[in-house]
Order: sequence, then C-alpha cells, then structure tokens
Amino acid sequence: MRDVISGVPGVLEAHNLRIARNGKAILEVPYLCLNGPGPTLILGPNGAGKSLLLRCLHGLISPDQGEVCQDGQPLSTGHKARQAMVFQSPVLLRRSVAANLDFVLRRQSIPRAQRKWRIAELLAEGGLEGKARQAARSLSGGEAQRLAILRALALDPGTLFLDEPTSALDPSATQKIEQMVLRASERGVRIVMVTHDIGQARRLAADIVMMQTGHVVEHGLARQVLDAPQSADSRRYLAGGLVT
Amino acid sequence: MQNFASEFNIALSLIFRGDAELWAIVLLSLRVSIFAVLISALIGMPVGAALAVARFPGRRVVIILMNALMGLPPVVVGLLVYLMLSRSGPLGVLELLYTPTAMIIAQVVLVTPIIAALTRQVVETLAEEYSEQLRSLGVSRLASVPVLLWDARLALVTALLAGFGRAIAEVGAVIIVGGNINHVTRVMTTTIALETSKGNLALALALGAILVGIAVAVNALVSALTLRAEREGLRHA
Repeated sequence: MRDVISGVPGVLEAHNLRIARNGKAILEVPYLCLNGPGPTLILGPNGAGKSLLLRCLHGLISPDQGEVCQDGQPLSTGHKARQAMVFQSPVLLRRSVAANLDFVLRRQSIPRAQRKWRIAELLAEGGLEGKARQAARSLSGGEAQRLAILRALALDPGTLFLDEPTSALDPSATQKIEQMVLRASERGVRIVMVTHDIGQARRLAADIVMMQTGHVVEHGLARQVLDAPQSADSRRYLAGGLVT
Repeated sequence: MQNFASEFNIALSLIFRGDAELWAIVLLSLRVSIFAVLISALIGMPVGAALAVARFPGRRVVIILMNALMGLPPVVVGLLVYLMLSRSGPLGVLELLYTPTAMIIAQVVLVTPIIAALTRQVVETLAEEYSEQLRSLGVSRLASVPVLLWDARLALVTALLAGFGRAIAEVGAVIIVGGNINHVTRVMTTTIALETSKGNLALALALGAILVGIAVAVNALVSALTLRAEREGLRHA
C-alpha cells in the first residue's frame, strides 16, 4: 500500500512550524506526519489555524520557524510542481471553462491534440460536459468549484490540498465535490482538506487532524478521533459546544 | 444667429457630401492618434503590469511619478518634443519636425503614462485576486504578467480608449511639433483652432461635430464592452 510508511512518496511532514503575528503565535506545530492512505481532513473551529497550516504544507506561506518536508526532503520547487490547491472561493481565470483547463495543461507542454482529449476527459469527470465554451465566471458556485478541482487535477498532482471547498455550497453541490475528492483519493492522490463540517469529516476522512488556537490537539484515524476523542477541546468541538 | 445657422448648414453639407479636404483632415487625425495609442499600449501596458506585480524599493515613488505624468500639460510636451526634434536638438538629424511622425511622438509621450497608470491599477487589483492561485499553479511573478494582461483585457480596452480620447482631442502639443501645415500636419483640433480664428466657422463646426461624434462613439464602445464583460462575468470586481 502506497503512502503508509514514512519515507515513501507523498508523505508530508511538518517540523517545529511556528508563525507569529505581533509577537503572538498563531500556528505552532512541533511535529505532524501525514502518511495515511486516504483523505486527511483538518478539522477545527474558525481561527484554529487550519488554512494557515494548509498553506504552509503547500509552500504558499513560509513559516517563521521550522520546515515542511515531502518524501523526507525539504519542500522544493519539484515537490510543489506535484502539488495543487483548491481555495475556499474558486479563483477562475476570466476565460472559458475549457481555457481554464487548457491554461494548466499548456504549462506542462502537453501537445495540443492531447490537451483537447484531456480537457474532454476532465470535463466529463466534473460533470461539466457542454459547458466547455461558457465563460468560467458565469458558472454556478458548485460548478465553479468543480472546475477549480478539475484544474487542480489537470496538474496531475500527487497531493491535492483543499481549503473548505464546500463551505458555501448546498448539499447537492457538496455531494458532487465530495465524490470527486473520493475518486481522486482512490486514484492515489494524497488529499489534505480543511473543513469545519463534522459530517463531512465523517464521510470523507481516513485520518483527522484536529486543530484549536493554532495547535494540533489531536491526530489519528477518523473513527478514533470522531468517536473517542482524546482531548477535551476535540470532545467539546465534536459535541457542538462553543470552542473559543 | 442666422449666420450661425447658415454656417451650421454648410458644415453639415461639408460632412455629408464628403468634402475631400475635411475628410483628409479627419483621416490624418485618426491615423496619428491610432498609431500613437498603439505604440503607447506596447510600452505602457507591459510597464504598468510589471509595476503592478514587481516589488522593489522606490516602487511607490515610481507609481506617484507615473500618476503625475498623466496630467502632463500638452504644450510642455510639445515644447520638449520640439526641442528634441529641432535642427539643433539631439534628434534633429532625423528631420522629423513638422511631420505626422513628430505628432505621433508627442501623443505617445502624452498617452503612455495614462495607459501605464490605468494598466497598473487594473492589473494590481486582479493580481491581488489571482496571486495565491497563480503561485499555487507554479506561475512566477514575471510569468504572471501576460496572464494578468490577458485576463484584464476588457478593462484594458477601456484604458486604450481613454488614451485615444486624450490623443484625438489634444491640440497644444501637435500644433507645436506639427506646425499645422495644410495637407501635411493639419488635424481636426488644430484646424478648428485655425479656422475659428480666420472666421471660417463652417469647417470648424464640421470638424467639431465629427470630433464630438468620435468621443460619443468611443464612450458607447466603452459602455458596450463593460456591459458585455458584466454579462459574461469577465469583468474584475
């Protein structure tokens, strides 16, 4: 099984991560290793540092201290080229749906004929057939997020980060996104996804990283974290209590 | 009053019967201003976009200077270009003074800061929105410039039209470097100034009406583009 043992391709590790603003630590993670075979969901209340951790793992933010490693090596341009990220609000280029996908494929120097075929394949994957020539910015919220995921998948990533991709979507649109995420995971893409939806974590997660005020308070198999949380913060959050 | 009415009638007849002299002046005006705007776009757009994404010490000062250059007085530009192109000037050997090329140069100096400054504003707003996504896709700052320019294309057409509006309506610089020579460097604005002073109101009125018509057409085009952009979701927020 791929990605289970530390040191095999795709394993993400954070060592002594620290980010401070105005002298106050807003992210402190002494050690975190994401090496499970299925989707990792980062769960926690607003302001817990989930998105910040995700951006650090993807290399979009450099920590004040510490480092992120992939495959046992500090995050490099080569690693980043095999990562992709989907943001909470999809940032689509002001072009057609197909041109958004083509943009990513062209950057990989894929020949035109192959790109055309790949775009059709991706559109079918996201249920956006027939919308290839439509302006991407005129898509509905769910369709736009599906296109953002397809564009990320067009990079053929080994790791896909998703930052609350369904937070603004209705249940039907959420379900479609979750199915895409699960299919990508089944194809061997490492999924690291931020959510504050406990139900979503239950549906998708193989393992869960529980965060609170910039710290990882618990990391373990989904069933273990959700059904028998070890920390008081996790118990309170999962019970639906106010966590400050 | 009756005089004005009859002059206006003559003006309309000049326009609609296709008076050769009038339309030659209109065509020269369009040729000079369109060339000037295209050259300004080639310089101003990459400069504006690079300034939007680059980060270097003194960047704020450069932006302030560029914005200030948008308000350059045309007569001062005319004077400077005249000094450069005059026989004793550094570019005098090119013998460009009192040619349409000299007028294009003067208009380029006037229009480039407008296009560069507007491009910088448009691209900077878009860059803020795209920044994380483009970095995530592995696009460097430099490589993001053509992406941003293309995605801001509709807003940039508005910048081009603003530059064209400035160029076509300008009189101070082109009269100094062009000399307002009949059949050579006489454009709409300089002809209006000359013919009004001579009392030939009909030609001045005809050219004035065409100039206003061009201004209205340019604004209508901007509105149509903005509407289209909003309808297709291509306009940036």
